[in-house]
Amino acid sequence: MQATAHVDFIVAAYAAAIVIVGALIGWVLLDYRTQLRRLADMEKRGFTRRSATERTGPTAEKAKADA
Amino acid sequence: MAIADLANPSRFLKFANRTLPWLGGLTVIAFAFGINQAAIAPDDYQQGATVKIMFLHVPSAWLGMLAWGVMTIAALGTLVWRHPLADVTAKAAAPIGAAFTLMCLITGSLWGRPMWGTYWVWDARLTSVLLLFLLYLGVIALWRTVEDPSRAARAAAILTLVGAIDLPIIKFSVDWWNTLHQPASVFRLGAPTIDRSILIPLLIMAVAFTLLFFTLLLAAMRNEILRRRVRTLRLLQANAAS
Repeated sequence: MQATAHVDFIVAAYAAAIVIVGALIGWVLLDYRTQLRRLADMEKRGFTRRSATERTGPTAEKAKADA
Repeated sequence: MAIADLANPSRFLKFANRTLPWLGGLTVIAFAFGINQAAIAPDDYQQGATVKIMFLHVPSAWLGMLAWGVMTIAALGTLVWRHPLADVTAKAAAPIGAAFTLMCLITGSLWGRPMWGTYWVWDARLTSVLLLFLLYLGVIALWRTVEDPSRAARAAAILTLVGAIDLPIIKFSVDWWNTLHQPASVFRLGAPTIDRSILIPLLIMAVAFTLLFFTLLLAAMRNEILRRRVRTLRLLQANAAS
């Protein structure tokens, strides 16, 4: 059997794998950036987690009072 | 840091942030080595160059099943031990497992057409892998449908445990039924039936895919923990506004 007889199937398989792995990596990276941005947005509005509050000061109670 | 400490989401985030660059680097090195070895591997005496598809198809099949195995252990963690990271693990693993199973189905079809003369046949191995893919979609749909994460986790865990029945069916389908798919040639009683010149690149690619899976899983788990923090803060914001 010639090595190049089915090269189109081999190329298509590797292309599909690259697209799928690329999509997975892209999804994970984009999702990470999205969640960080949302967290930063919430902190900007004064809503922080209790453990973070103990370190940084602003509280949800304060935000509630401000609201 | 003890492994039990990782049950704490904050400690897990620190662990993930420290580990991910190393794991990512190792994955890239393993893929560079594996692809190089796959490229220089000889053609199969029967299948010719199409055997190169095996270096993608077989590891993606293994990872598709491994991901469901991880989800099954996580499901037990959710239902039995109520481990804090169990449902985070299960939710994060589902899309990754689905992607690997899809890769297995696509590369298998592209390998089947020149070797079997058809892209698809409804035999036991192919059908049971397609069922696994559909189960993944079902779990993902459940996570997206049920708004409360703890309720979604329990529903997804039950579906995952039921779906785990498909794993031995996939593995032994080629022994239990007459299928077009070849029987096991690596993990079998006795030695592998593949020549070392092809087996070694295959195993290196399997290691690379496994590293990729755990890198993506760790990153997706980190994202899920952050998403839950955002959700908690939004609930806090809604309570403050009301």
